Amino acid sequence: MIDSLFLINHSGDIFLEKHWKSVISRSVCDYFFEAKEKAVDPENVAPVLQTPHHYLISIYRDKIFFLSAIQTEVPPLFVIEFLHRVGDTFLDYFGECSETVIKDNVVIVYELLEEMLDNGFPLATESNVLKEMIKPPNILRSVVNTLTGGSNVGNTLPTGQLSNVPWRRAGVKYTNNEAYFDVIEEIDAILDKSGTTVFAEIQGVIEACVRLTGMPDLTLSFMNPRLLDDVSFHPCVRFKRWESERVLSFIPPDGNFTLMSYQVSSQNLVAIPVYVKQNISFLEAGSCGRLDITIGPKQTMGKTVEGLMVTVHMPKAVLTVNLTATQGTHTYDLATKVLVWDIGKLNPQKLPNLRGSLSMQPGAPKPEEYPSLNIDLKIQQLAISGLKVSRLDMYGEKYKPFKGVKYLTKAGKFQVRT
Amino acid sequence: MKEETRPCVIPGCFSARRHDDLKEMLDSNKDSLKLEAMKRIVAMIARGKNASDLFPAVVKNVACKNIEVKKLVYVYLVRYAEEQQDLALLSISTFQRGLKDPNQLIRASALRVLSSIRVTIIVPIMMLAIKEAASDMSPYVRKTAAHAIPKLYSLDPEQKDQLIEVIEKLLADKTTLVAGSVVMAFEEVCPERIDLIHKNYRKLCNLLIDVEEWGQVVIINMLTRYARTQFLNPNINVSRVQNWVYSLFRAVSLPIEQSHDAALIYTAIRKILICCLTHVHVSCFSEVQYVVLQNVATMTIKRRGMFEPYLKSFYIRSTDPTQIKILKLEVLTNLANETNISTILREFQTYIKSMDKDFVAATIQAIGRCATNIGEVRDTCLNGLVQLLSNRDELVVAESVVVIKKLLQMQPEKHSDIIKHMAKLTDNIQVPMARASILWLIGEYCEHVPKIAPDVLRKMAKSFTNEEDIVKLQIINLAAKLYLTNSKQTKLLTQYVLNLAKYDQNYDIRDRARFIRQLIVPTEKSGALSKYAKKLFLALKPAPVLESPFKDRDHFQLGSLSHLLNAKAGGYQELPDWPEAAPDPSVRNVEVKESVRAVGTVTYRDTGALWGLQGPQKMEGSEGCSFRRTIAPSSALKSYELLHRITGEGLSVEYCFSRQPFIPDANMVAVQVHFTNNSTSDTKSLHMEDVKLQSGMRVKEFPEIELLPAGETATAVMGIDFCDSTQTANFQLCTHTRKFFVSIQPPVGELMRPFFMTENEFKKEQGQLMGMNEITEKLTLDVKCRNEHAIVQKVTTAANLSRVPCGSDKECRFAGRTVTSSSLVLVTVATKDQGAAQLTVNCEKMVIGTMLVKDILLALTQ
Repeated sequence: MIDSLFLINHSGDIFLEKHWKSVISRSVCDYFFEAKEKAVDPENVAPVLQTPHHYLISIYRDKIFFLSAIQTEVPPLFVIEFLHRVGDTFLDYFGECSETVIKDNVVIVYELLEEMLDNGFPLATESNVLKEMIKPPNILRSVVNTLTGGSNVGNTLPTGQLSNVPWRRAGVKYTNNEAYFDVIEEIDAILDKSGTTVFAEIQGVIEACVRLTGMPDLTLSFMNPRLLDDVSFHPCVRFKRWESERVLSFIPPDGNFTLMSYQVSSQNLVAIPVYVKQNISFLEAGSCGRLDITIGPKQTMGKTVEGLMVTVHMPKAVLTVNLTATQGTHTYDLATKVLVWDIGKLNPQKLPNLRGSLSMQPGAPKPEEYPSLNIDLKIQQLAISGLKVSRLDMYGEKYKPFKGVKYLTKAGKFQVRT
Repeated sequence: MKEETRPCVIPGCFSARRHDDLKEMLDSNKDSLKLEAMKRIVAMIARGKNASDLFPAVVKNVACKNIEVKKLVYVYLVRYAEEQQDLALLSISTFQRGLKDPNQLIRASALRVLSSIRVTIIVPIMMLAIKEAASDMSPYVRKTAAHAIPKLYSLDPEQKDQLIEVIEKLLADKTTLVAGSVVMAFEEVCPERIDLIHKNYRKLCNLLIDVEEWGQVVIINMLTRYARTQFLNPNINVSRVQNWVYSLFRAVSLPIEQSHDAALIYTAIRKILICCLTHVHVSCFSEVQYVVLQNVATMTIKRRGMFEPYLKSFYIRSTDPTQIKILKLEVLTNLANETNISTILREFQTYIKSMDKDFVAATIQAIGRCATNIGEVRDTCLNGLVQLLSNRDELVVAESVVVIKKLLQMQPEKHSDIIKHMAKLTDNIQVPMARASILWLIGEYCEHVPKIAPDVLRKMAKSFTNEEDIVKLQIINLAAKLYLTNSKQTKLLTQYVLNLAKYDQNYDIRDRARFIRQLIVPTEKSGALSKYAKKLFLALKPAPVLESPFKDRDHFQLGSLSHLLNAKAGGYQELPDWPEAAPDPSVRNVEVKESVRAVGTVTYRDTGALWGLQGPQKMEGSEGCSFRRTIAPSSALKSYELLHRITGEGLSVEYCFSRQPFIPDANMVAVQVHFTNNSTSDTKSLHMEDVKLQSGMRVKEFPEIELLPAGETATAVMGIDFCDSTQTANFQLCTHTRKFFVSIQPPVGELMRPFFMTENEFKKEQGQLMGMNEITEKLTLDVKCRNEHAIVQKVTTAANLSRVPCGSDKECRFAGRTVTSSSLVLVTVATKDQGAAQLTVNCEKMVIGTMLVKDILLALTQ
């Protein structure tokens, strides 16, 4: 299925190549470079390219292109998903997924790739299984290994690979048994000029951090499970029980994982936590414009809005800005024309305001378009959809674990049109 | 790149010296030095540098004890063995030893490397190794064997027949670990051998949920094709999309093999839809969005209704990458109809102001398409586009001109003022495509603008030499048309333009000029054609149809690479059309041993987890208490006892209603009889005798079982026509020594077979079975069966009925026909709050109706 993989950095150097079938010359990447050149922006390179003998499927993440060469029909999503899994695995092993880190750990990377794919078909992709076959690097082990000539490679088959619970390894032990769940919701919204909601939706995930001894069997139930429309689960969740009782019953993987993700549909009314009053204008005569933005709380359910930030992609013609903010700091990147206003905590008594003038390139015509505002915010201890966890029960083990649930609301793709 | 080529230019001397230190390290006795050297070599390979000259030094270490060194040597071998076949042979014996290692990981990796070094000479060794590994104890090794099959096949296609044997063997494997890989091998080696799947079809469906995600994709693909060849088209009228989903759903979910349930199809479509939508949103990866949107775009062309409620999900954000914006725009355009067009156009208005010019151009085209498709808004769109003509950005203006040209062609007479307006634009607009479009418009409709047209030609004649080629061609065109309609004013101008064109650098233009001159300017030599010049040039041209570029994509399977590229990719397999006649369904029947604990309704995931806790070994060890049964398409079949083993002196007999059509006689109910010989001696000549029946009833006896050895089991099928009554069929079961009186009494639910009908048909039929034929009962549902799924489950277990699709979720409907008289049996369960429900049964046969009510009532309240 997947014949070869090339890792290419931002400037177009191939810094790693791996072939699972016959070697494909790296000149095949030239077609990709051509497309990349044309697209200007790396995000705009088409993920699937056709060349005379191969198909190239690529993803772009963490400033690296993961480019795979394919020879026969294969569902493109299959490949894209796999490439992202490779990226995730690097992230998991090395804490980041960057060119330097991959170059530094090239041997482990190679061993991983060898294990993840066999003849182009995925072999072992569960992080649990991989970690038992190839140990992640850490300083202590590398010191010990250099002294003793020991190795990073396990010599027995990981238990997870064969068991019916492939996501959990056997013999987990902790002195402190704890299970934490974070309910994180993101508001995706488009507001129009007058502040009316054009489109709003809530995307939620439950991130779990479970460190429990043995083989615990957990049941998580909600106060109001009916809110959740479209759900997708980690493979460990028993779907039948969700369907019949609306509870999440599962044997958790060890460590951090995403238990479920859900969507609260656009049919329900979505609370919008802030309102934005803005006025951006460019004067016809003279080369300047005016900007005035005020943000205030709307439906915050009595919680404080934190980490408030406004990002504006200004038109090319805007040279510099001369603004004053009543709260927070603002920066304007002259090269990318991005204005960032970092507000911080929203004080309902004294609304933050940013106003001033924009100086334009002399002689340039008045920009046709008005930039839209991207809002970023955080609200602690609140799931904006109203979702609440009612209880967590554990079966199968004797001890009493620490349990905790945290809620967080964030702005996802929250955009105000002007 | 430069560095890399160097060793090739001066082979041997230079590079050899450079790698001397590595060779030394590899030859040393210390594992740590070897490891260090191997790490450096692998790093070279990773960077794409040539390390092939180290081959002899590396291959020596293949037998190294240190497992990490060994692994890295394997990596090296796989990379270079193809280039150095002779030297690679040195390592083979190590792998052969590895294949016998007690550690399964080592066996597996030996096989992996052996099958990955593409050296033709070792094909027989590989074949042998694969065959051996296919029957290995460890599922992990068997999985590796499955992976090795396509490798060997690509190396030597001659081995196909032998490989198919291995595939057949591995297909029968029951572990989830192997399933995905062997189906992948099947798809690559012998996708045409669909007959290999029959026996494993149901098992694969059951395993599917537990197979890892990559395997699931491959299995679903294969099952989709399988469903397309093995099942009848559920509904001739449904579109391809629905068909595709249906094939998929039929493939994965067994229950509908019995009930042709359209509602389930819609649920499936909805599920897929939601998947798509969530992907469009949640996925922060634009690549995933890209692929999903491509597929959505195709689906929206034929099935607009499915996506209409989610219109807003496709609204565009200014931060989306351009390619995503354009795809979303495509979807929005496809979704536009009379009711939502105003919202969509309002959205488009905001998009036109975007900074992204390519996107703006695409938006203008989209407006054009909306205008052609929806007559009501044509004028609004046209006005909007004309306003755009005064936009400052030239690209926007140009694109608008092109689109307006297309729109005007539909009704030119109404819009001469727009044409005039556009004529004025020729002074300013520079984009060649737009200029060409304006000129064409003026030429085509010159009679609407008789005063302006010659003037435009005059201006154009002036600037002719500086124009782009497409503009020049249109100038010639305009001149020709004006010459034909208004030769008095334009004769000289046309001559002038044609003269200019005659000496143009572009031969296409020269050619056109010559051709047109011959046609329109009458000379003594000019042929018969010039008479028709007017007809040729001023013929009525059909208005262009603005179509979606995704229009013709749906002949490729959704989600495939071919679909995305709109070109057949290598190895793409067409989804066959539904068969005309249903192939024999009995090919899928298999006899399997199954543990008693595996209750049909529990999914494998749940039980799997339980087994994981208890240790998997228990599963295999419990054959003693296992019983045989056919895997039923729906839930577990209920077995009844015919003869207890104490009364039967060691012979125990059970029977169940298999719910499959009894092939020899359609009016009979199939009864599957299951014999177990628990005694120590053989039982011979098992057969039926002395059948005592009520009048009208008939029995087709099972064929005599000549020998049932001690401890063995056997199964036979008999048919009984119960005449739509629950009367017992009495007969004697004879062995070579004894006779036992036994009787079979059917539950009323088994006297019917599922019947497929639509909601409307159901209502119509129900209307005709009122009064005496209708029985209604109020009941309180058991706590466990208060959802739709549980109700369906309970009712279909109690009676052999099929579900009828239904619009409301408060009602479940089922239909069937009695086996003998084919009378309709209609069942409705309407649920209310707090578990209250009402059960209605409509049936011509009142006795059957009454009894059925009782049975279903019992099933739902317990």
